[in-house]
Amino acid sequence: MINDSYYRRRFVISGIAVAVVLVYIIRLFYLQIIDQSTKGQADNNALVKQTIYPSRGLIYDRNGELLVFNQPIYEITMTMREMGKDWDTTAFCRCLNISREEFDERLAEIKDRRKNRGYSKYTPQVFMGQLKKEDIATLQEELFFFPGIQIQKRTLRDYTYNAAAHVLGSVGEVSQADIEHDAYYTRGDYSGRDGLERTYEEQLRGEKGVEILMRDSKGRIQGSYQNGALDETAKAGTDITITIDIQLQLLAEELLAGKIGSAVAIEPKTGEILALVSNPAWNPKVLVGKERNKNYNMLLNDPTKPLYNRATQATYPPGSTFKTIQALVCLEEKAITPNTLYPCSGPGSTPIKCTHHHGSPVALDKAIEQSCNPYFWCAFRDFMQKGNDNGDIHPRYDLWRKDVMSFGLGQKFTDTDLSEQSSGTIPSSAFYDRSYGKAGWKAITIRSLSIGQGEILVTPLQLANQAATIANEGFYITPHLNKADSMRIHRHNLDIEKRHFEVVKDGMHRVMKYGTGRWYPIEGVETAGKTGTAQNPHGRDHAIFIGFGPIEDPQIAVAVVVENAGFGATWACPVASMMMEQYLTGEVKRSDLRKRIGSAVLNESVKKW
Amino acid sequence: MRASRNGNIWQHVDWVTIGLFIGLTIFGWLNIYGASYTFDQTSIFDFSNRAGKQFTWMMGAAVLGIVLLLIDYKTYDVLAYVAYGAMLLLLLATPFLAHDIKGSLSWISLGPVNLQPAEFAKCIVALAVAKYMGRYEYKLRTWRDLIVPFALIGVPALIIMVLQKETGSALVFAAFLLVFYRQGMSGYVLWMCVAAVALFIISVRWGAVPLPLGSGSVGILSCMLLLTAVEIYFICKEHPMRWQALILMGSVAVIYGIALIINIFVCVPFDWVSMGIVVALVIYNIFVSLYWRKYILLIVAVFTLFCIGYTHACDFVFTKVLQPHQRIRIEVLLGMKEDPAGAGYNVNQARIAIGSGRFLGKGYLNGTQTKLQFVPEQDTDFIFCTVGEEWGFVGSVGVLLVYLLFILRLIYIAERQRNVSTRIYAYCVASIFLFHLTINVGMVLGLLPVIGIPLPFFSYGGSSLWGFTLLLFILLRLDAARMEQLR
Repeated sequence: MINDSYYRRRFVISGIAVAVVLVYIIRLFYLQIIDQSTKGQADNNALVKQTIYPSRGLIYDRNGELLVFNQPIYEITMTMREMGKDWDTTAFCRCLNISREEFDERLAEIKDRRKNRGYSKYTPQVFMGQLKKEDIATLQEELFFFPGIQIQKRTLRDYTYNAAAHVLGSVGEVSQADIEHDAYYTRGDYSGRDGLERTYEEQLRGEKGVEILMRDSKGRIQGSYQNGALDETAKAGTDITITIDIQLQLLAEELLAGKIGSAVAIEPKTGEILALVSNPAWNPKVLVGKERNKNYNMLLNDPTKPLYNRATQATYPPGSTFKTIQALVCLEEKAITPNTLYPCSGPGSTPIKCTHHHGSPVALDKAIEQSCNPYFWCAFRDFMQKGNDNGDIHPRYDLWRKDVMSFGLGQKFTDTDLSEQSSGTIPSSAFYDRSYGKAGWKAITIRSLSIGQGEILVTPLQLANQAATIANEGFYITPHLNKADSMRIHRHNLDIEKRHFEVVKDGMHRVMKYGTGRWYPIEGVETAGKTGTAQNPHGRDHAIFIGFGPIEDPQIAVAVVVENAGFGATWACPVASMMMEQYLTGEVKRSDLRKRIGSAVLNESVKKW
Repeated sequence: MRASRNGNIWQHVDWVTIGLFIGLTIFGWLNIYGASYTFDQTSIFDFSNRAGKQFTWMMGAAVLGIVLLLIDYKTYDVLAYVAYGAMLLLLLATPFLAHDIKGSLSWISLGPVNLQPAEFAKCIVALAVAKYMGRYEYKLRTWRDLIVPFALIGVPALIIMVLQKETGSALVFAAFLLVFYRQGMSGYVLWMCVAAVALFIISVRWGAVPLPLGSGSVGILSCMLLLTAVEIYFICKEHPMRWQALILMGSVAVIYGIALIINIFVCVPFDWVSMGIVVALVIYNIFVSLYWRKYILLIVAVFTLFCIGYTHACDFVFTKVLQPHQRIRIEVLLGMKEDPAGAGYNVNQARIAIGSGRFLGKGYLNGTQTKLQFVPEQDTDFIFCTVGEEWGFVGSVGVLLVYLLFILRLIYIAERQRNVSTRIYAYCVASIFLFHLTINVGMVLGLLPVIGIPLPFFSYGGSSLWGFTLLLFILLRLDAARMEQLR
């Protein structure tokens, strides 16, 4: 033993330990011997929290048509302990229309702790779930004969149409991460997993209620605690109205059947998305209820990737549709005027061939109409060289890129409710510096950009927004899906003069009258458009079309992409044309065309779900 | 001689402690079985249930204990700093290797089992502190001598609290204050801790309660009165003149009296009056300390000023810094909120479970609260509920007394050491066990807020059992070698 001056402090420390234990013994004496306040509960009563689930908000289309609603489903639970000796299994099986073997098998499953970890004789166990009203009707009437059996109601999503799966998204069980991130959820809850269901989860889900019940030592519910003074009722979720026109959506899905592709329609004045189609898609009903996991895995493993929302996530070179932007940017930065003429020697032109035969030289309106490649290469070249004597391309290129990106390209729409988006690419000068060295690239090096090929990539959504911007002559409203959002307008103005848009619109009008779009006129409606063909190094080219109508007061702007379909004029243009017709006139008169396009199968592996 | 040196460790080992350890562990194991028992339960040895798993951890602990006793006692001292460095690295790495379990990033997966490095950190920190403070040339004279020991416990505590988000495990390091105290740290530090807790509780609990007269809150006024008392006590203690205490107390009373009279005509902010009095006392205090060269009073003055700020900061800390779940736990404990369905649920259910045990308990495996799984975490942090419910007052008091015996025995072992460093280590062990017992049982009994730390040997979990085994058996090994140490 070592004696030091603080030797006595061991008594203080021991004293603290003794004091703590003493205080706790007194507290135990109070709780276990004196305190009678838990007497009512001391007969082994205890509180049970029972969650009351709110019904999820409904979703309507822009015309008030109900798209998504809730269907009640029923769950049969049994509390083993309460099922007495004279419990009539045979009658029970008859009520549910199941065999005795199935009953025994299910019972064994419930009691197997390896499969059912939380099993207890005293608490209700799910016997059968996901039942329809008619399945439980008989049992409900005779419930009285089966002690221990309870029927609980929950809701599942149901859909009016087999359409708009990507837009609506789906509801599924919450993940561990959700539970930790948001105190609202507990295990087994449902929440929006993708699409609008996820974006508006907090609006749609409502507020859970809670019922506090008393339970006795045998697990039986004795009634509500303090007469329900502490209970909270559930608050149903808020309904939302979306900007989709379901008839237009259905038509577009019909037309894209058997093809891989997407179509996006926007109301230019408001930025409201009228239709957003990505094909292949799935029937929203298959991702509901007990089949969800199985079907989800099948969708996940489908080689055509139906879960991928091509309309907002897939990126393509815009091809000739990009010439509209090229024209506007060159006009605004005074590289060309509407009267500038450039020569074209057709397929013999260098460095870029022309795919059409037309007169030479051409001015801008004719160049758009005929989609003349040499014209746009020359305009692009002059843009890069204008006021640029020392030969450094960087300032001009950066200006060009800034102007192009002002159309919403090369970036995600951030102020919107579309959850899954790609940003696309408008390559930066730094990108080319890395590839070619700082002084190693000139206009000729990046000539593909002049006609919308090469490194430039856009999403169908961006294409539709581009069409809307041209229709609006210089501004766009961020594309969005919630009708209520149109109230707070996210307006983006471009630094391009209105008069330039008039020239380009005129060119696009000519495309539909005399150019590549002339085969698909709409009776009584003048439209504007531009076809495009995106070069695809992996297979057949992608067909692209952008357009809007009517020309004098645009109500709808459309972009359509059909993968591996070849020319834009052949496949994308008719789809867009019929979509405009449907939206503007309320019907499609060209029923032969509708049938022909709708039934054409360009990709054998595309499945209809 | 040779035999007693190496051969027969078993003769020198402290069998009383081992006996208590085995007894507590086995009784804890039985209660884990009880806590997860639901009638048609499988065997207590079945690995698929928690009692079965705990049995495996116990076997592991037994092997660990034997190995620890067979290792040369010098190893622990030699490796202390190396192990400390390695432990810091592991603690730093843990959040990146860990996957999130209920918001805490403190668990590392090793195949089928999860390990919590923080449970082992305590032991290594204790060895490092013992080695540092046990050096022959180390003397605890001024506060400067405490910088390194505080850093030794502070760094791992901060890592665990900030990076791993395990407030409970980090708080355990506060137990080392008792060790420092035993080594000569001023007792005022302990009192300061008490004062900090008291001020926090008073200002949070009554901070929003308005005074019946004038303006101001009951909480702030009470805190200020407390500080006034502290100031007067120290001034009179360090500068004893009979008349001084009377004059000081008299003037304080007079000022309050005047304030009360003025209050008849104008609304008086008593918060500010009381604070003004404390500040005036601090100024007087500084004058006294400088004039009479009582420099200890300067510390008191600084402390008091700090406390004024602290009192006002409490509310901010409480509403802004604490996590919502921590805030609710404290509110429920202080009776500011009743929430039987939410945060108060655990505590309320624990109360019912323990209360329903009455004098003799319901008998082993007959606890109904337990069976229906009303008390969450019943086999980990709330295991003491099962003891209370199934073994009653007799059983719970029994367990507490055995624990007390265990801790007193550790203190006894500490004091019989010839080597300062071993004594310090022994105090570390005793303090850590005392801290765990106090916080865990206090929480279950509803006397302390809910802080998730295990009850040693009782709570389910391999990491904590092995951590405590490590802590204890290193001490037993060092103790067994005490005769070999020269003074």
